[in-house]
Amino acid sequence: MDMRQNIADKLQAQLAPAYLNVEDESHMHNVPPGAQSHFKVTVVAAEFSGQSLVNRHRRVNRILAEELAGQVHALALHTLSEEEWQAKPDVPDSPPCRGGSKVQPKSPT
Amino acid sequence: MSALDRIRKQVTGNPVILYMKGTPQMPQCGFSSRAAQALMECGEEFAYVNVLMDPEIFQDLPKFADWPTFPQLYINGELIGGCDITLELHEKGELQQMVHEARGGSA
Repeated sequence: MDMRQNIADKLQAQLAPAYLNVEDESHMHNVPPGAQSHFKVTVVAAEFSGQSLVNRHRRVNRILAEELAGQVHALALHTLSEEEWQAKPDVPDSPPCRGGSKVQPKSPT
Repeated sequence: MSALDRIRKQVTGNPVILYMKGTPQMPQCGFSSRAAQALMECGEEFAYVNVLMDPEIFQDLPKFADWPTFPQLYINGELIGGCDITLELHEKGELQQMVHEARGGSA
């Protein structure tokens, strides 16, 4: 399955975003090629206006709950209202890996 | 004590606490590293829990505040957010003030 496309489709359907960009950043991390595990999402949606950052992220995390419980290990999120996007249309780069996915505790979910 | 009880005790007992992979000195995840770095730049003490060393907390923390990923920053018992939100607040200059006030400094 193309996870990037799957994430994009779900967010498109649920948030009707004015702008949406989903990047597969798995290659930046300590995972096998083609893992489709680390993603960066930039999403601009009218409904975010007046909503706290925590609640915006919760909304996206809920839409992608199934993916986050499965193969999606990390989701960098940049959630903007349309007004914020017009004022500052750039998002920071995601960080490099520090190897942690290799040392998961023995009993994760 | 259940893991959820321990988490409750940790977030209420520490005005500023970061749940992260690794430690601020030896972070084991880029996102945790950046969040810890932002907090250190605030110049105030903060508590941290290395979730990789505590499988129960690793497993139950996502349920605690309905937040599926690490790191997680709590100030005065309330979830502030993960790496992206922490950095965004830091960039806007708000994080330092939030941490300072939580640590008992004046506004």
